[in-house]
Amino acid sequence: MKPERMERRRFLKGTLGAASLVALSGCDNLTQSSWFPSLLSKAEKFTEAAQRAVTPKDALAKEYREADISAIFPANGNTDPGTDAYAEHLAQNFSEWTLEVVGLVKTPRSWSLAALKELPFRTQITRHDCVEGWSALGKWSGVPIGDLMHQVEPSPNARYAVFHCADVDDEGIAYYESMALADCYHPQTILAYELNGVPLDVPHGAPLRLRCERQLGYKQAKYVMRIELVESLADIGGGKGGYWEDQGYEWYAGI
Amino acid sequence: MAGLIQFTNESVSPGAETIRIAELPVSATTPVNDRGASVAPSLERVYRHRLPVRISHWLNVPVLIILIMSGFQIFNAHPALYWGDRSDRDWPLLSMLPVQTDSGEIKGITTILGHQFETTGVLGYSNGMVRGFPAWATVPSGKWLAMGRQWHLFFAWLFVINGLIFTAYALASRHATRDLIPTGKDWRGIGTSLKDHLLLRHPSGDEAKRYHVLQKLAYAMILFLVAPVIVLTGLAMSPTIDTAFPWLLTIFGGRQAARTLHFVACLSFVGFILIHVAQVILTGFFNNIRSMVTGWFTVRHEGVSYEA
Repeated sequence: MKPERMERRRFLKGTLGAASLVALSGCDNLTQSSWFPSLLSKAEKFTEAAQRAVTPKDALAKEYREADISAIFPANGNTDPGTDAYAEHLAQNFSEWTLEVVGLVKTPRSWSLAALKELPFRTQITRHDCVEGWSALGKWSGVPIGDLMHQVEPSPNARYAVFHCADVDDEGIAYYESMALADCYHPQTILAYELNGVPLDVPHGAPLRLRCERQLGYKQAKYVMRIELVESLADIGGGKGGYWEDQGYEWYAGI
Repeated sequence: MAGLIQFTNESVSPGAETIRIAELPVSATTPVNDRGASVAPSLERVYRHRLPVRISHWLNVPVLIILIMSGFQIFNAHPALYWGDRSDRDWPLLSMLPVQTDSGEIKGITTILGHQFETTGVLGYSNGMVRGFPAWATVPSGKWLAMGRQWHLFFAWLFVINGLIFTAYALASRHATRDLIPTGKDWRGIGTSLKDHLLLRHPSGDEAKRYHVLQKLAYAMILFLVAPVIVLTGLAMSPTIDTAFPWLLTIFGGRQAARTLHFVACLSFVGFILIHVAQVILTGFFNNIRSMVTGWFTVRHEGVSYEA
């Protein structure tokens, strides 16, 4: 065999071997390394910075017509908190349910569900984009969180709003979520108590759930009991800012 | 003449990196090749790919493979596609789902526009697992949406940055207009080019120095249509970007339509890559690879010259 042909054969073999190695086992090895996922996660900050830079602060998510509402709005994640305390609230039709706003605020406050329903409300037909890929359209009514913030007056060092929820998963881990305090003032960021004109049912987060329409579905915390304003997320839950975030999903869920 | 190498049996083994005689196109302007021509065949080295193009090309190799495979991982989280803004689960355009038969056996069924195909072992159900695409086609191989998204969104940035730099270079250097956009003459020769391709006859000599019309069309479509569409439909799936640029939803027909078009654009990339690699192999693998690594491409002249 001529040297050149041998060289070519070696080259071909090497290329194909390297390609399949990289494609099949290489990626999985990288995934299991300690440094690579942390490198990958750098993209999240980049994405957040880029998206915030190009998105006007109060730009509204598209609002749809009644005719566009999904016939079935799927309920994902925990579909029943399953605790005795929650069962009692449900039996009382949430008459004793209170929402507390605490933490880095001038005047901590709490509202009963009935008191919240007395406040000015917003109704919006919006699209819910699940991280899995599907979308559903629903009509949400609730209190703009910005209105509540004006009443409690956040401290200057408050950076995040943490939403503590009534649901715990099969392993007993309590659900929580968080968002940038600035996003709480977006006009479409509401604590919803109605879906499609009727009070929220249990699978969809009764009696109160978060709607922040510019982020993915897993940020839309259900069964909200307490909003805590904090400076850092490090000491809460797994430290990543939410139930799903602690399992590897991005905290910034704009895409 | 600089760069002209005399053809001898020592420098190049027959049928190696040069274009084979049998593949010469025969057209009205090309004199029929006389094997016994008195003018000796020669090899000409041409500088075919400039450095920015080569760097951009090779970056795209791992980036695209990872984007496609991590994209399949993300798709697997909800292996169905829809039109419009909503996912009406009874009406998917495409789905890959497991179906249990009467005997208890699980089959993978892929449904495209209402037509069902059994795809057990590949799509819908593979290796005893319920999943759209099989483990060998996804990154990571196991079912892991969060990690698939991490890979995808990181490499999406590399793809976009690489694409923007390439586009700026291609426009500034006139690579786009000079080499990639078909000319009027190209369009008129499309019939001949198509026929030559189907017969696996590839250009040689001076004709091989530039891209022919089908090549230009394939590259131009991928670079200036499919790549922008895949980026824009990716962005249209972002609820934040949709508030900044609501026209994205309008032009693509809704978020779920954008997801479907993202998938179609992805399959276009897969198709392009398969044909591209096949052509690279068929038209002289070593010469092609070398030209994309070093820039230098060897053109064989058969001992007769003709005006293109």
